[in-house]
Amino acid sequence: MSTAAAKFKKDVRRVTADLHHRRIINTALDGYAVKRDQKKSLFQDWAGARRLAAATKYEAINGLDRCLEQFVRGLEARGAKVHWASTGQQACEIIVDILKRRNARSVVKSKAMTAEEIHLNAALERAGLDVVETDLGEFIVQLRDEPPYHIVFPAMHLTRGEIQETFRKRLGDAPSDNPEELTMVARRVLRQKYIQADAGITGANFAVADVGLISLTENEGNARLTGALPKTMITLVGIEKVIPRLEDLALFLPMLATVGAGQLISGYNTLYGGPRQPGEPDGPEEYHVVLLDNNRTRLLADAEKRDTLHCIRCGSCLNVCPIFRNIGGHSYGTTYCGPIGAVLTPVLKGLEEWKHLPYASSLCGACTEACPVAIDLHHHLLEHRRAAASAKPSWWQKLAFKLFAPVAASKLLWALVTKSGRIGQKLHPIVLGTRLDPAYVWTHTRDLPPIAKTTFKEWWRRTRS
Amino acid sequence: MVEENPVMTERENILSRIRDALRVPARRPLGMTETPLPKPEDHRRVLPKVGPSESDRISLFAANAEELRARFVVLPSIEALETEMRSIRDAEGWTRIASHRGEMTDIVCAKLGVPVLLTDGGYDKNELEACQAGVTECDALIAQTGSVLVSSRSSGGRALTVLPPHHIVLARHSQLVADLPEAMALVRKKYHPNYPSMISIITGPSRTGDIERILVLGAHGPKKLTILLI
Repeated sequence: MSTAAAKFKKDVRRVTADLHHRRIINTALDGYAVKRDQKKSLFQDWAGARRLAAATKYEAINGLDRCLEQFVRGLEARGAKVHWASTGQQACEIIVDILKRRNARSVVKSKAMTAEEIHLNAALERAGLDVVETDLGEFIVQLRDEPPYHIVFPAMHLTRGEIQETFRKRLGDAPSDNPEELTMVARRVLRQKYIQADAGITGANFAVADVGLISLTENEGNARLTGALPKTMITLVGIEKVIPRLEDLALFLPMLATVGAGQLISGYNTLYGGPRQPGEPDGPEEYHVVLLDNNRTRLLADAEKRDTLHCIRCGSCLNVCPIFRNIGGHSYGTTYCGPIGAVLTPVLKGLEEWKHLPYASSLCGACTEACPVAIDLHHHLLEHRRAAASAKPSWWQKLAFKLFAPVAASKLLWALVTKSGRIGQKLHPIVLGTRLDPAYVWTHTRDLPPIAKTTFKEWWRRTRS
Repeated sequence: MVEENPVMTERENILSRIRDALRVPARRPLGMTETPLPKPEDHRRVLPKVGPSESDRISLFAANAEELRARFVVLPSIEALETEMRSIRDAEGWTRIASHRGEMTDIVCAKLGVPVLLTDGGYDKNELEACQAGVTECDALIAQTGSVLVSSRSSGGRALTVLPPHHIVLARHSQLVADLPEAMALVRKKYHPNYPSMISIITGPSRTGDIERILVLGAHGPKKLTILLI
């Protein structure tokens, strides 16, 4: 078993038994589901919207070279500097170089999963820079030295009491556990940071090709302030974020907000196109856009899984996943968790080390159904399993199927085994819950449903005669 | 040491990897046999419905604003707008606000009787932060979502619409558009190819749900958003 798999198993065992955790996640996700469905019902044709969104992303990704070139031309015409990074390390170096050249010491950052992916904060801290996350959820998990729990809701696993405790310890200021008062503490602290910061770093939700604009979605206004006040602004964007035209935002902005957070549209959807332009009163002197590959071209080269690059990081597949609900976001041990993470990670970081993630799925297909751009998620999970099994078959699976095949092929053996199963289950309570139980792996955490009293075949014969 | 141009190299590396990868075509999603880029009419057919008349747009905008906890007031004249502004000034006890040069902002700010910081020629960040309100014009209001479309060119820069704790938007009836496709068309028509460096669709006051998914207004940006339409 890989080290990642061993850690995964250990964490999963702990989290699934944690009823406090389960209660918090269920409350949050149940509330989300109600709001999401309300907003979805406002659309005249959600299924149609999904088809349009999937088709649009298909065109963008399958014309990625053209889209990127167009996008870059537009940005450069406005004086933005565009950088290309093949790896996460290159992207970190580019960003550190920009900040050093600009003599920056303090950096405000708005939430960006790509930055998590390349461990940008660690690189900035190593370079002696002071970096503060400004999204409230990210700010909280940064104070706790934790990675974000969820792509969209980084602190959804914490209660107000835990957050109060964190603020008290790290900021020395936490008047109560009231969410409003806690938010105002963060507001006070961070306002000064925006004003003092030398540079602002953001991510991007969309890269609009035909006009060369970055589109950034948020609710708090922290990205707006990050892009408004510091003298240098840097946007880190994965190359797959392109959409072909400005007009496509009319579809993607409300879809992202609906499935991402149960809102018809997010609080701030902002387009950035360059540094402060002539005649504008404020804005950064320099605007840098860093385009990140970091194995995205590897996904692109796999025509079968290319549609995973359509992902707009809305998090809706996490929210509906029965596994995510029970094992939680941190157990995955990866930047991208949930079904999309279980599909992406084996490609981005290696199948052998991460093949356990595609097995963390019931293959129920809820993720595929929830995906606003119709990525065939559960199909990809199954593909990963197939690839993992054929690359390195496990001896016990081979043995199990060797034994199963002749039983399933013979009427007589099948009848014998199923009948003896029913008899066996009568004796089961004697060993149930002990190590002597042959089904211990299953029964020590789950109920074993009783085998039906009659088989279907018996029932069929009886009712037809 | 030989100086290479690393920017150019990585650009070519990434683009050539992309071109190599795309030699094998991918299956189209959802069993589609073709995927033409949708037109605004296609978007309009699937997005939330907006009624055809002006009063439909106004009542939809009002309903959206209420749900978003923004204040939306329709006023009959510029005089009524001035009166409304004075009453907000008194209710909040303004001592200093911020604004920018504009047809409506000029008229309104001149008669308020409180010092006004104009952002147009640049400003001190701390001074702007200390202002109790930011009064701006906008590019459009969007009925479908209850949003305000602003830009660094139309609304006094990047910070004015987000730094002061109360953002007041002055808009004219002609600026109320039906839906997002119309708003995007407007942005293109008004600015292409010379886009402002920032364009923002603001929907409600700044908000967060990051603590137990409980809605709190004024996370970082304005705690209050008032939209005055004449």
